[in-house]
Amino acid sequence: MAEGGLIDRTRPVRFSFDGAQLIGYAGDTLAAALLANGVRLVGRSFKYHRPRGILSAGPEEPNALVELREGAAREPNTRATVAEIFDGLVCRSQNRFPSLGFDLMSVAGALGPIFAAGFYYKTFMWPAAFWERVYEPLIRRAAGLGRASGLPDPDCYDKQSAFADLLVIGAGPAGLSAALQAARAGDRVILAEQDLALGGRLLADRRTIGGKPASVWLADTEAELRAADNVRILTRTTITGVYDGGTYAGIERVADHLASAGGLPRQRLWRIVAPRAVLATGAIERPLVFGGNDTPGVMLAGAVRTYLNRFAVKPGTRAVVFCNNDDAATTITDLLAAGVEIAGLVDSRSELPEPVRELVASHRVKVFANATVLEASGGKSLKRVSLGGQAQGTTLACDLLAMSGGWNPAVHLGSQHGGKPVWSERIAAFVPGPMPPGMQAVGAAAGQFLLAEALGTQAAVGAETDAITPLWQVPGTRGKAFVDVQNDVTASDVSLAAREGFTAVEHLKRYTTLGMATDQGKTSNVTGLALLAALTNRTIAQTGTTIFRPPYTPVAIGALAGAHRGPHYRPTRRTPGHDWAARHGAQFIEAGEWLRATHFPRGGETLQDATNREVRSVRQACGFCDVSTLGKIDVQGPDAAAFLDFIYANTISTLAPGRARYGIMLREDGVVFDDGTVTRLRPAHFLLTTSTANAAPVLRHLDVCRQILKPGLDLCIEPVTDQWAQFALAGPQARRILAISVDPATDISDAGLPFMGAVAATIAGIPARLFRISFSGELAYEIAVPAAQGGALASVLLEAGAAPYGLEALNVLRLEKGHVAGAELNGQTTAADLGLGRLLKKRQDFVGRALSQRPALLDQERQTLVGLRPRAVGRGLQAGAHLIPAGRQATAENDYGHVTSAAFSATLGHAIGLALLRGGARHAGQVFRAVSPLQGSETEVEIVAPVFHHPGGHALHA
Amino acid sequence: MRLTCPFCGNRSIAEFSYYGDATLTRPGSNAEQSAWVDYVYMRDNPAGPHSEFWYHEAACRQVLRVERDTRTHTILSVQTA
Ligand SMILES: [Zn+2]
Repeated sequence: MAEGGLIDRTRPVRFSFDGAQLIGYAGDTLAAALLANGVRLVGRSFKYHRPRGILSAGPEEPNALVELREGAAREPNTRATVAEIFDGLVCRSQNRFPSLGFDLMSVAGALGPIFAAGFYYKTFMWPAAFWERVYEPLIRRAAGLGRASGLPDPDCYDKQSAFADLLVIGAGPAGLSAALQAARAGDRVILAEQDLALGGRLLADRRTIGGKPASVWLADTEAELRAADNVRILTRTTITGVYDGGTYAGIERVADHLASAGGLPRQRLWRIVAPRAVLATGAIERPLVFGGNDTPGVMLAGAVRTYLNRFAVKPGTRAVVFCNNDDAATTITDLLAAGVEIAGLVDSRSELPEPVRELVASHRVKVFANATVLEASGGKSLKRVSLGGQAQGTTLACDLLAMSGGWNPAVHLGSQHGGKPVWSERIAAFVPGPMPPGMQAVGAAAGQFLLAEALGTQAAVGAETDAITPLWQVPGTRGKAFVDVQNDVTASDVSLAAREGFTAVEHLKRYTTLGMATDQGKTSNVTGLALLAALTNRTIAQTGTTIFRPPYTPVAIGALAGAHRGPHYRPTRRTPGHDWAARHGAQFIEAGEWLRATHFPRGGETLQDATNREVRSVRQACGFCDVSTLGKIDVQGPDAAAFLDFIYANTISTLAPGRARYGIMLREDGVVFDDGTVTRLRPAHFLLTTSTANAAPVLRHLDVCRQILKPGLDLCIEPVTDQWAQFALAGPQARRILAISVDPATDISDAGLPFMGAVAATIAGIPARLFRISFSGELAYEIAVPAAQGGALASVLLEAGAAPYGLEALNVLRLEKGHVAGAELNGQTTAADLGLGRLLKKRQDFVGRALSQRPALLDQERQTLVGLRPRAVGRGLQAGAHLIPAGRQATAENDYGHVTSAAFSATLGHAIGLALLRGGARHAGQVFRAVSPLQGSETEVEIVAPVFHHPGGHALHA
Repeated sequence: MRLTCPFCGNRSIAEFSYYGDATLTRPGSNAEQSAWVDYVYMRDNPAGPHSEFWYHEAACRQVLRVERDTRTHTILSVQTA
């Protein structure tokens, strides 16, 4: 139409649909622009490939689903009724082959019976192998929705939190009134509206408020709300979920309507916290159930008015209005005002109310009271309707059918906490039942359909009423009468389900797929269960509804992920020596949340070459390694020693100041939790280290044990992992290297700083803590300096003649000494399993003591730690390989355990491994098959003691 | 879900770690093994008010004793452990 509506005719928008270049205007939805261009056929249906058009004008749309944009940005199943057009938008119809107009698969319509309710379960059951190979691909091709791009989502997404006293969901007259009232009372208000503009039905219906056009009230209200600094207005924002504690999720379509996002996120996920919420989500009109009610040109009456009044589009030229309620009058008035010819009013009521009678009389509209539409026909575009009831035998030519079966309050969000909606006989619809705490429904969402009620003025005008008599199914219809057009579920599918005993609503849903998929039955559920109720001789209230769950409308996975994708899925932690290592050629690997240097290759060295060289440099001279990832926890206080005796399985309180000790902690179920070192820096000051992976869990464990189990003890616990850079310096030359840079006042001789000693010192002027502890079996120190000095310390050690080594060499060195690590501390092993049973305190209580003595944990047949050596030199060994006694089959019964860690030992010149083996050391000297079906490898191994290099440990005390 | 920490105020559940039943008492060191099995493994699953520990891990690191209705997730009270 040349005039009217809320579109901007000065801003034409070019877009394409299935390759056709079309023009709309700013403010148009895709559906409105398609109708304005005369496009009525927009898709093919899910099962039968029937031609489908546009049913609604809102987020409830079941039919007009399209693929929006191209390439990686392609978004399938987008509702044309909410998508806004922009310059250059490319969209395509879905589920058609080869083209929308000529669809080969529409033969499925003729095969109707096999696609009836439960067809998945019945038709394709035999033979079983055929299901995967033949039937399923065939059905997936025949029945489907849009195509995912299969490419990484190229758009970016955002997340934001907001807090308010009141969240108003929906900005129709009721929501606006609630927001205004709260804003004036000084509340912090968030007003969320899924549409691009505020107003709800006021944008679509020509109403008056206070004697003036509603647009005046709307403009005044919006101006006042926008001027208030305690109100935040979110348009294009759908509240999709209601969670506990007044938490709401919303999706804001920030840039979906823009030709170029220009750096904006495509969508933003809002987390809104508000103790109170107003549900002002309005109502969704019900289609009527008659033959061919899915023909393009059959439209909800309210949607017809939306296209006429808001978008200035005539959805047809000659219309039939089919209603069971007073909305007929409004629809006829608006159609006539737009110059659409009225072929007739078909009303299922025998007695029409006065205003309708007056209207049709004054405009000489043909009226068929106590009549119905039996069938709409025309294939790809509506051509005629055949009437029933009192008008049986009449056929009306038309290209538009505006239907209304009444309205269903949009109760969805109000029921997401499990409160069942309640049946209202007056409006023949469900209204909100028990609501989530703090939520209240208003206006149409509460089942109050009159504008005066929505505005809170209560003064219903004259005889205006919203009471209706429902018309669930037109009796005696011809052809397919759809209840759920999105899933191609017909009225006869519902009765078939009922006959076969699927009489519970949840069963009906699964069996027929009624109310599934992208629209979740917004236009079909209530009608479907009304039919079910009638078929099973129950009331609708007795039949009940299916459960309402988030999200209210489909949500892009990308919006839920936000920025947390790819490398930003979680933060990457870099060690204090990271930059130094990168400058010195280190290769890095992700190890848990850390990025760690694996090796420092020289020239063209492979990982294995570099690792071998690094191992030899430690064994023969001196190397250093960044071990800052180990957890470090500072424990201080008069009761610190007593507390640590309770936490660790071995005794800590006997440790002298300036001394360190290996410590092992158990879980309360008796299984090993973590290990590390405990250093007593001063009488009431301890420093604990944890394994890298358990830094946070150990801190949590200490906090919880102190506060719940030992609240009377006086101590403080503080994590200091991030405060310190820590380097291991290991090898026969370690003391000589250290002596070059340590301050002369610090005695690092074997007497001055003996094995397991600790002392404060300065290294090249950097304040440091020196620990004489070793993970490699060599003479070794760990040097801790303030985190910012990590790189400086590495440079000092390099200049003094030590060679850097990485995680791979570190692992080989610990394996050569049989030290257990994460693969052995696997949450199932006990101290005894790992050969550490002698450490456990005998008398005193500690966490895990009681259950560590359970018979099952003391069983001699448990898998315990052993060493492995391949029988043939040169054979590799795979971690994860299963151990099978030599000569036996590789079966589950013969599985004695598995290889936990394996590596090539440069020191010994062959592969070595640690394993957990049933019966453990009892098998020493025996041969097992190490079988790895995963890698397709097998190695014969000999069971040996789990210490490969210098079992005596004399190097430690050098 | 949200909890009102006595130290930090009303916060998202994402900041907390669940630490289970707050009504259990750790057995004495000479207790029967069966008492330990009950303490470590056996849990009631009440439909209604439940006293439980929540650790405010991402903030004050205090363990809180929370009274929660398991049917509705209504938080009845929050105290320090
Ligand atoms: Zn707190």
